Amino acid sequence: MADHVSSSGESHGSVGSYLTGFVLAVILTVAAFGIVMSHAMSPSGTVGAIALLAVIQIVVHLVYFLHMNGSSAQRWNVMAFVFTVLSVIVLVAGTIFIMHDTSINMMSR
Amino acid sequence: MLGKLTLSAIPYDVPILVGTFIGAAIAGLAVVGLITYYGKWGYLWREWLTSVDHKRIGVMYIVVALVALFRGFADAIMMRSQLALAYAGNPGYLPPHHYDQIFSAHGTIMIFFMAMAFMQGLMNIVVPLQIGARDVAFPFVNTLSFWMTTISFLLVNVSLFIGEFSQCGWLAYPPLSEQQFSPGVGVDYYIWAVQLSGVGTLLTGVNFFTTIVKMRAPGMTYMRMPVFTWTIFCTTVLIMVAFPILTVAIALLGLDRYLGMHFFTNDGGGNQMLYLSLIWGWGHPEVYILVLPAFGAFSEITQTFSRKPLFGYKTMVYATASIMVLSLLVWAHHFFTMGAGPNVNTFFGIMTMVIAVPTGVKIFNWLFTMYKGRVEFHATMYWVIGFMITFSIGGMTGVMLAIPAADFVLHNSLFVIAHFHNVIIGGVYFGYVAAMNFWFPKAFGFKMNEAWGKRAFWFWLVGFYFAFMPIYVVGFEGMTRRMNHYDNPEWHPWLLISAFGAALIALGVVCQLTQIYVSIRDRNLAENRDLTGDPWNARTLEWSTSSPPPFYNFAIVPTVHELDAFAHDKEAGIDTRKVGGDYKPIHMPKNTACGFLIGAFSFVLGFGAIWYIWWLAAVGLIGIIATVIARSADNDVDYYVPVSEIVRIEQEHSRNLMAAQAAE
Amino acid sequence: MAQNITADAAHGHDEHHESPVVFGFWVYLMTDCIIFGSLFAVFAVMRNQFAGGPTGHEVFELSGVGIETAILLLSSITYGFGMIAAHDNKVSTMRTWLGVTFLLGLGFLFMEIREFSHMIAEGNGPDRSAFLSSFFTLVGTHGLHVTCGLLWMAVLLFQTAGKTELNERMIGKLTCLSLFWHFLDIVWICVFTFVYLMSVI
Repeated sequence: MADHVSSSGESHGSVGSYLTGFVLAVILTVAAFGIVMSHAMSPSGTVGAIALLAVIQIVVHLVYFLHMNGSSAQRWNVMAFVFTVLSVIVLVAGTIFIMHDTSINMMSR
Repeated sequence: MLGKLTLSAIPYDVPILVGTFIGAAIAGLAVVGLITYYGKWGYLWREWLTSVDHKRIGVMYIVVALVALFRGFADAIMMRSQLALAYAGNPGYLPPHHYDQIFSAHGTIMIFFMAMAFMQGLMNIVVPLQIGARDVAFPFVNTLSFWMTTISFLLVNVSLFIGEFSQCGWLAYPPLSEQQFSPGVGVDYYIWAVQLSGVGTLLTGVNFFTTIVKMRAPGMTYMRMPVFTWTIFCTTVLIMVAFPILTVAIALLGLDRYLGMHFFTNDGGGNQMLYLSLIWGWGHPEVYILVLPAFGAFSEITQTFSRKPLFGYKTMVYATASIMVLSLLVWAHHFFTMGAGPNVNTFFGIMTMVIAVPTGVKIFNWLFTMYKGRVEFHATMYWVIGFMITFSIGGMTGVMLAIPAADFVLHNSLFVIAHFHNVIIGGVYFGYVAAMNFWFPKAFGFKMNEAWGKRAFWFWLVGFYFAFMPIYVVGFEGMTRRMNHYDNPEWHPWLLISAFGAALIALGVVCQLTQIYVSIRDRNLAENRDLTGDPWNARTLEWSTSSPPPFYNFAIVPTVHELDAFAHDKEAGIDTRKVGGDYKPIHMPKNTACGFLIGAFSFVLGFGAIWYIWWLAAVGLIGIIATVIARSADNDVDYYVPVSEIVRIEQEHSRNLMAAQAAE
Repeated sequence: MAQNITADAAHGHDEHHESPVVFGFWVYLMTDCIIFGSLFAVFAVMRNQFAGGPTGHEVFELSGVGIETAILLLSSITYGFGMIAAHDNKVSTMRTWLGVTFLLGLGFLFMEIREFSHMIAEGNGPDRSAFLSSFFTLVGTHGLHVTCGLLWMAVLLFQTAGKTELNERMIGKLTCLSLFWHFLDIVWICVFTFVYLMSVI
C-alpha cells in the first residue's frame, strides 16, 4: 500500500496533509471565536462572517480529514454528500420559511 | 418493579378485545401446534428466521405484510360498520376512545407494517436478481431490518391486549399526543413501534442503495437498469432522506412525554406546528416511497404482457427521478390551513401541481406500451389496468386538493380520506398485488391461481368504488374525518353504500386468501409448475435463473450488453443458463441469529420503556449493544460454496428445463 | 472476453468485501447528517422561545466551548495519525494514537456533561423552555454520537490487542470509525457556530 490508495479509491492522506488541515481548522475556529468575542463587527455582519467561516471549515475538514476529492472512484460518495447537503438546505430553509410565515400570520411570536 | 403495568391494563372487560384475543390465541396455538407436530422448528429457525438470503427475507416480509393487511383491514371493517350504524342517536358499538384507537391503529399498521413491509419484501425478492447480484451488500443488516419491522408490528399488536393504543390518529399530532392530554401508554406504544420500525426501514434504504450502486452485474450501466430497480433506487434515496426526519419528529415528541421538554407543548414556548412541518417532511416523501416501486412493478408487468419493450424507458427514468426530487418540496400542502401566508401556500401548491406532470408522463408511457402491443389479459394485467383508471382519478382529486383555496374547504374532511385511499389502494396496493402475482413463481417455482386472482381483482375494484366514491360525496357535504357518530340524515345513505363497498372488498380479501391456498394446493399440477424459470417470457435478468433461484442466484454472474438483458439474450440466442460453464467457488454469507436477537432485545427495550419498567428497558439496551459487539467479534461470517455443489444444483435445474421443453 | 472475466472477478471479490462496507457506512452517515439537519432546523425555529427563561447569552460559556472545540480538533488529527499507522500495518502505533483519541474524546464528553449538569443545577434544564429543550437535544445528540464513537473505539482497541497485523475487515472497521469521528467534527463546527456563537452575538 505504498501509494496510499486502497482498492476502493479511498486515499488515506499523510501526516503533512493532516497537519495542513489542522492548522487551517485552528485558524478558522480562532477567527470565528475572535470575531464574536471581540465584537468587531455589527451583529448581522458577525452572523454572516461566522457562517462563512463555518462553511469554509467544513470544506477544509472534508478535503483534509475525510479525503474527499473529485476522482471517479469517489463519484458516488461525493454525489451522496451533495444530495444530502441539498436535502438539508431544503429542510432547514423550508422549515424556517414555513414557521416564520406562520408565526407572523398567527402572531404567535 | 413493573412501572405503570398493573392488572387493570388488561382489557378483559371489553368483549371485542377478549374475542379477538381468543381468536388470535387459537390461531397462534394452531400454528405453533402444527409446526411442533411436523417437527419443523429446527427447519424454521435454521432456514428462515436466521436466514440472510434476500429471497427468504423477502418472503417473510410479505407474510408479515399480509398479516398486517388482515389486522388493518379488520379495523377498516369496524370503522365502516360503526359509521353505518352510529346515526341519529344510535351510539354504534364502538365507544369513542375505542373508535379512536381503531382509526389510529388502522393508519399506522397499513402504512408502516402493511405497505412498507410489502414494499421491502418485493425489493428484497426482486432487486438483487434483477441486477445480477448474488446477494445484497449487507446480508446481516438485511435480516436485522426485517426483525426490527416485525417486532415493531408485534408491539402494536401487544397493545391490543396489554394497555391501549394511541388515540391520536396515525401521525399522533401534538398537543393531543402530549402527556397532558394523553397520559396513557397508547402514544408510547405508537412512538416505540414507529421508531423501531423506522430503524429497520432506514437500514433497508442504506443497504439497497449500496447494493444498487456497487453490485450491479458487469455491463449494467445506469441506463441499462430495469425500471423496477430504478424505482427502488429512487425509493431508497427518499427513505434515506425522509426517515431520519421522522426519527427526529417522533424522538422530540418522546422527549416531550418522557422528559418534560417543550418542543410541541402548549406552554414553555413549544410549537405544535413545527411537528406538522417535520412529520410531513417525512410524510410526503413517504407516499412516493410507497408508490414508486408500484410504478416500477407496473412498468415491468405492462411490457411483459404487452410483448414489447417499455415505451419511453428514458422518460420513465427521468420521470421517476424528478418525482423523487419534487416530492421533497411539497410537504406543506398537508397543512395549508395551519396559518401560513400566501407565500408558503402558493409555493407548495404549485410544486404539488408540478409533480402531477411526471406522473402523467408515466401513465401515458404505460398506455403507449400497451398500444399496438399483443396484450395478454392475464390476472396480473387486470390489476395494472384497474390501477391506471383508479389512480388517475385519485391523482386528479389530489390536484384539486393542491389548490390552497379549495383545500381550505376540503381540509380534514372525508374528501381527503377518499383521495388518499384512492391513490394508495388504487396505486400502491394494486401495484403490490400485481407484483406479487407477477413475481410469485420466481419466489416459489409455481404460479398463482389466475381464476381466483381475477375474482379478487373484481371484488377489490368494484368494492373500492362503492366504498370510497360515497366518501368523496360526504366529504363535499362537510363530514369531517375521525367522526365517531353523526346525526345528518343526508350522510347516512352514502355511508351505508360505503359499508357495502367495504363488504365487497372483504370478499376480495377472502378471494386473495383463497387464491394463495388454491395456488399452494395445486402447486404440482403441470400447468402451474414453473420449470423454466421464465413463465411469462419476460425481459429482465431475474427470469434468467431458475424458479425458485438457487441460494447463490446465478452460478455465473451474467454480463449485460443491453437494456432488458434477458430479452436481448433470448433474441440473440445466447443460452445464459447452459450447464458446464466455468464455475468458481461462490462467496456467500452465513446465516446468523444476531438479527433475530437484536430484534428481540429491541422489543424488550420498547416494551420496558412503554411501561416505564426501566430495568427491563436497560436489559434490552444492554442486550442490543452486547449482540452488536459479539457480532463484530465474530470472524466466521462467510464461506465458499464448492464447485461440486454448484454443479449439482445447476445440473438438476438443467434436467428440469429439459423435462419442461420435452413436455412442450 | 478477458475484460468480462476480470470484471466478473472484481465483482465477486473486491467489491463484495471492502468497498461496500466503507461506502455503505458513508451513506449511513449521510442519513445521520439529515438527523442533525432536522435538529438544526428545530433549533433555528426555537432559538428565541425562551418562555421567560434564560437566553443563550446568559447560560453559554464560550471559553468552555473553545476548549471543547480544541479537544475535538486535536482528536481528529490523532485519529488521522492512527489511520496512517494502520495502513502501514504498525499496530501498536495505531493503538497508541487511538488511545490518545479515546482520552481526548473522554475529555470532551466530561466537559459537556459538566456544562449540562451546571445548567440543570441552576434550574436551566431542558424542561425550562423550548429554546433549552432544543439546545439540550441538539448538543446532547452530538454527545450521544461521541459516546457511541468512544464505545466503538474501545471495542476496536480490545479487538486489536496483541495483534501484529490488521486484516482487511479490521482496516474497514477502522476506516468507518474514522469517517464517523471526522463527521462528528463537522457537526461540531455547525454546533459551535450556529448554536453557541450565534446565541451570544
